[in-house]
This record gives sequence, structure tokens and C-alpha cells, in this order.
Amino acid sequence: MIYREAGDFKTSYTADNQTFPIRFDRTGYWVILIAAAFLVPFVITDYWASALLVPFLIYAIAALGLNILTGYCGQVSLGTGGFMAVGAYSAYKLMTAFPWMDMFTITILSGFITAAVGAAFGLPSLRIKGFYLAVATLAAQFFLVWMFNKVSWFYNYSASGQISAPERSVFGIVVTGPNTQAWAQYTFCLIFVVALAWVARNLTRGTVGRKWMAIRDMDIAAEIIGVNPLRAKLSAFAISSFFIGVSGSLFFTVYLGAVEVGEAFGIQKSFLVLFMVIIGGLGSIFGSFAGAAFLVLLPVVLKLVGVDLFGWPTDIVAHLNLVIVGGLIVFFLIVEPHGLAQLWRLTKEKLRLWPFPH
Amino acid sequence: MKKLGTLTVGAIIAAAPAMADLVIPDLSYRTGPYAAGGIPFSDGYQDYFTLLNERDGGIGGEPIRLIECETGYNTEKGVECYESTKGEGALVYQPLSTGITYQLIPKAQADGIPLHTMGYGRTSARNGEVFNNVFNYPANYWDAASVAVNYLLDQNEGSLDGKTIALVYHNSAYGKEPIRTLQALGEKHGFSLTEIAVDHPGQEQKSQWLQIRRERPDYVLMWGWGVMNQVAIQEAANVRYPMEQFIGNWWAGAEHDVTPAGAAADGYLSLNMNTINPDAPIFEEIRTTVIEPGLGAGAGDNVGKVLYTRGMYAAMLAAEAIAKAQEIHGTSDITPEQMRDGMAALEMTEARMEELGAPNIGPVFAVSCQNHGGSGEALVQRWNASAGAFEPLTDFITPDTSVIDPLVEEDSLAYAAENNITPGCAE
Repeated sequence: MIYREAGDFKTSYTADNQTFPIRFDRTGYWVILIAAAFLVPFVITDYWASALLVPFLIYAIAALGLNILTGYCGQVSLGTGGFMAVGAYSAYKLMTAFPWMDMFTITILSGFITAAVGAAFGLPSLRIKGFYLAVATLAAQFFLVWMFNKVSWFYNYSASGQISAPERSVFGIVVTGPNTQAWAQYTFCLIFVVALAWVARNLTRGTVGRKWMAIRDMDIAAEIIGVNPLRAKLSAFAISSFFIGVSGSLFFTVYLGAVEVGEAFGIQKSFLVLFMVIIGGLGSIFGSFAGAAFLVLLPVVLKLVGVDLFGWPTDIVAHLNLVIVGGLIVFFLIVEPHGLAQLWRLTKEKLRLWPFPH
Repeated sequence: MKKLGTLTVGAIIAAAPAMADLVIPDLSYRTGPYAAGGIPFSDGYQDYFTLLNERDGGIGGEPIRLIECETGYNTEKGVECYESTKGEGALVYQPLSTGITYQLIPKAQADGIPLHTMGYGRTSARNGEVFNNVFNYPANYWDAASVAVNYLLDQNEGSLDGKTIALVYHNSAYGKEPIRTLQALGEKHGFSLTEIAVDHPGQEQKSQWLQIRRERPDYVLMWGWGVMNQVAIQEAANVRYPMEQFIGNWWAGAEHDVTPAGAAADGYLSLNMNTINPDAPIFEEIRTTVIEPGLGAGAGDNVGKVLYTRGMYAAMLAAEAIAKAQEIHGTSDITPEQMRDGMAALEMTEARMEELGAPNIGPVFAVSCQNHGGSGEALVQRWNASAGAFEPLTDFITPDTSVIDPLVEEDSLAYAAENNITPGCAE
């Protein structure tokens, strides 16, 4: 009734090709964006920022990055944790080597460094695919973590091997370090999320994205119609790593403030982001957000309901979380391999016909 | 999902009235590869406060409210736990994880909440003029390294010249802490140090122990935690490394670390910063007042064990600091800032420990504004597999402060310079 395309006339090609063809979606998008940018920063508390919104935004960037590589280009990667570590350590080295640099520059530069590393580790994808590629990226994961642990130059020769983010600001507003205000943390991440999601959306519906999808659907056929697999695959690796590097950098500088590579960027992180992409929906921008929101919020909500509301023992709730996430992954793989994004799509289809489906 | 979150958060905020009580968060971990150590520690920590509530109605007439939060030894969950409890008026945090400690040091400083990292965390926090809000009494990792070396010196008629010592360590901030001190001590006493890293969680150590088997170092020191300890002791037994030359630090010397290796673990040595006495009067009281009425934090089967004792000792030190703070400020409902003053003025004497029902549970020490590290003393204990208990082998051994003090000075001043801190006592 409300959600329909009837009466929404398009008179130009641009209007016809827009991201949200239905007026209701368009308004919804702007309302959410305006609320996120101009309402949330004024009401946000430390707890909401550190426990929910900042990790959600950062994981959303990582999920977007992995979705570009795995969902759009079909190259399975288990190296996300390692690439996030590259972003974090680049940010640390840049922050300590150039104290005058502002955080926007640092974050973007760490993204570019990660893109270079990602493209290098993407080279094997030209020769191998599927499980074999997954194993090659797994090697990247273990190699990078080992390297950041072993070479003390990366952590400035500190006794413990921990890296800690010093205080840095953007236009006079502190965004890293313990004295950061919740709204500054949140807004800084939000700017990156909005910009990168916009980039991802527009890349994936243009030439570059179509080439990736052609490679994903059948690489030989893609090559025959004129897609250069070298450029398509390596660009997917580089751009995906750029996203993941930015998220790793924000993860360290804005969110945690101090990390240890093995603990923060281990193989579990790679799986976590992969699960976000699978549960959210492969090959979908919305899915990246849905998956990240789901896996960040689920443990917190379970804890709030289980421990604080019902008074269950904390260990039972922690175990329950593992059971539920595991069960959901199995459920989605069997029942809805396209994830939450597909459920959302189906809901919208139904809504268009509602209340007269026949 | 988001809506549900909002609703529950709203409901909880509405449901929790602001009560005048002493809030003690317990950032515990009862799940994951480190749970074996986390469970007894947390049980001991909580049971002691429950005992105070039941027996004395709290501290100074003020009831204690415990908030347990599961971290799983994970820094992200640690941050969530910290943020969710700090607004409740938390007096002191004891995260029992070096990773979470590093995370919380700057945050706790900014929020003015003290952090007590008993025998873990950042060693240079001993310098109270730089780390106003962080305390690591009664001992830290560099003390532990020095105590172990002093013990070995004692075993070798005062000379370790030409000896080889291997350090098997958890490849994390925790395990890397003692390396610098051991290197300095190696230069001083003429032993050579081999560093052997074990990656998290430490279930696979075949290659590390193969290396030890090949090189046959005179002594092996271990900085391990969680499942890593059991595996290492089992592997040491497999390569027939003599247990009396194998010394774990105080986080690698609990019953559950040695029992899986059975009789082969007999003679395994480890450090300890507290004594073990399951028959101490305090444990009797905990058994009758807390465990029997079913108020215990865990199943009650850990009472008196190594890590339970340490958890209880941590709670005891916190309770003493609260009492001290109440005394200094003349109010029973203290704030985190006042708690910090109480911790900085804490004094543990033999008579006081006796009075608390735990005679000689730890070293005698006094905290000051400059020294947040206590005496640094620790003892060496030996596992007796047939009796199923650790037996103390030495008295409390004093660390070599001439090596540690300059290192603490250097590291803490570097931190101060990085973070624009002017060293000085807290106001």
C-alpha cells in the first residue's frame, strides 16, 4: 500500500538507474543518514559508542571490503585479520613517525598500504582458485600475524609488543586516545563508513563491479568476452584490502586504542568477518551492514537479556552465544544462502503486493 | 535487533536504582582456553566479598555489590565490560589479563578509576608517579624474573656463569614482559638466554620442546597461562626434561596445570606470590558462611587451591584498601578517587594477615605514592604429585632491585613522554 513503485515516474536514465528506485526506500535512506549524522552524536554515551556503534561501523567497513572480494569477485579470503593488522600497524607507525599528521590522512594512507599488501597476496589468485586460494590467503593471515609479532620495528621495540595509539586529532577535535569524546569517535567512523559504502555501491554497479561479477560467475567466459582476469582480480584484492585496512586502522586507533596482534587480529577475526558476510548476504552492500550489525549486537543483546535481565551465570550466556552463532550459520547456509539481504529483498517483494497478493 | 537492544538497555537503566554501596566489578573469564585459570581466581575473588557481606555486612557497614562480566580473555569484550560497569560507580578493576590491562591503563587514568593488576599487566606501573591510577603490588613480572634467577643463583653457589636458560613464553604482551629483565640479568650473571615463543592458545608445542630436547638448556623458565601450561608440562615430561630444572612463573603453577601429566610432573617448580594453606581459618569461614548456604560464585570445589587463594588474596587487598580509604576520608561510601588514596596508603603487616585469618598469605609490604609495586617478593614451590599439592621450597625471595629499578624508571618515563604526563603524585 505504502511501499510501491506505482506513481513514482522516472523521466531520465539517471533516475531510472538510481540506487533506491522506490520513493519509500529513498526517504528511508535519507532519514537514517540524517538521524545517524545529526541526532545520534548528541545523545550517544560512552557505552553506546564503545560497545555497540563504533564496533558496528568498523566491522561494517571490514565486511564491505570482504564482500567486494568474496561476494562480488568470488575470491574466498581467510586473510581479513592479517590485512586488518596491516592497517593497524601502518596507522601506528604513521602516527608515531609523523606526529603532526591528522587522522584522516593516517587512516587513508594505512588503507593504501594495506591495498598494496593485499594486491601482493592476491597474486596467487591468478593461478589458483576456490579452496586452494582460501589456503593461500590463510598463509597470508598467519604470515602477517607472525611478522608483526616477530619484527620489533613494527611495535617500536616496546618491551611488551603491544601498540598503543597516542592522542591525535582532526581539526582540533581529539579522535584517538583515552580523552576522546564518544560523539567524536562515532562521527569519525561514520564519515568513513558513509564515504566507503558510497564508493562500494558505485564501484559494484559500474564497469569494475560488472567485471568482478563476470569473473565470479564464470572466469573463462569472462575472459572470452574481454575481461582481463589479472586486472579484475588484482583490483578486487587491492580495493577490498583498502577497505579492510581502513577498518583495521580505525579498529586500533579509535576503537581499542591498544592492541596485540595475535589476540586482536588472529584467525578468529578472519572468520568473524567472513561470518558477517555469509549471514548478511554475499554480494550485497546492505548485507554487509546487516551481518556486521547482527554479529556485533548479538553478544551484547544476549548479555543484556541473559545476565542483566534474567540473572543467568555469565559463562552460560557466553556459551549460548557460541551455540546461537554456530546454529545461525548452519541455518543460513542451508535455508537462505544469500543471507539477511535476501530475506530483506523477499520482504520488500511481498510488501509491494500487500495487502492484495493476488 | 537494534530495537530489542534499545528496549533492554532502557529497561535496565530504569530498573537499576542508584544505591549507596561499594561496587566491585569482576571481569572474569569462565569460557575459552584460559578458563581453567579464570574460574578459580574469580571464585576466590567473589567468595571473599560475599563472606564480608554475610559476616560483617560489607566493609565499614557499607554493603558490597559485585558485578560479574565475562571477558573470555578477549580485549574487545573487556572494553564492553569496562564501559558497562564504570557508570555504576566501580571502585577498582582487576581484569586478570595483560592485554585488557594495557587497554584500560589510559582509560582508567582518564576516568579516574584505579586499576589493580596483581602480578600481571604493565610492570613499569610500579612507578606511581607516572601511573597514578595503576597498582601492581605485591609483585610484578620483572620481580618474578629476578626472583627465579636469584633462586637459581642460590642453587649454583652464587654463579650462573656459562649456564644456559631457555624462556618458554606465551607470545603476547604477557609473555614478552620478562625478556628485557632476563637479558639484563643474563649480562650481569653471565648466563645465556634462549627465547622460545608459543603462540596463543598454546596447544601445539612439539617444535618448541624438540628444540629444548636438542639444546638441553640448564634451566627452563616458563611464562605460560591457560591451556599452554598443561601442554608444556606434558611435553617436558615427554622429552624427559628434568622437572627440578623447570620453573614456571606464578601463573604457571596451579593444580590443574600439573595434574594432566600425572606422576611425570612430580618435582615441577613454580613461583608464587602468596602461600597456600587450605586449612587457614579464612577458608573455614568461607566454607561455612559462603559455600554451604549455596552463595559461592562457583561449585565450591576450588576453595584453598592456588588460584582460588590468589583470587581471594586479591579481594582481601582490595577490601583492605577500601577500609583504608574509608579511614582516610572519614566516609563509608567512598568514590573511586578515594579508593585510589586507600590503595596508595595500603600496608600489609604480619599481624593484619593473621587477624584476617590468613597468616603469611603474602609478603609484608607497604604501598606509597611513588612505589605502586609492593615488595616484589615471591617464593618457589614444588609440586608433589603423590600428595597432590604444591609445597613451598623457599621463603619469600627478594628480587634484585638494582637491575629492575633502572628498567622501571626507563620504561615508565618513556610512557610519560609519549603521553605528555608530568610525573608526580596524584592530588
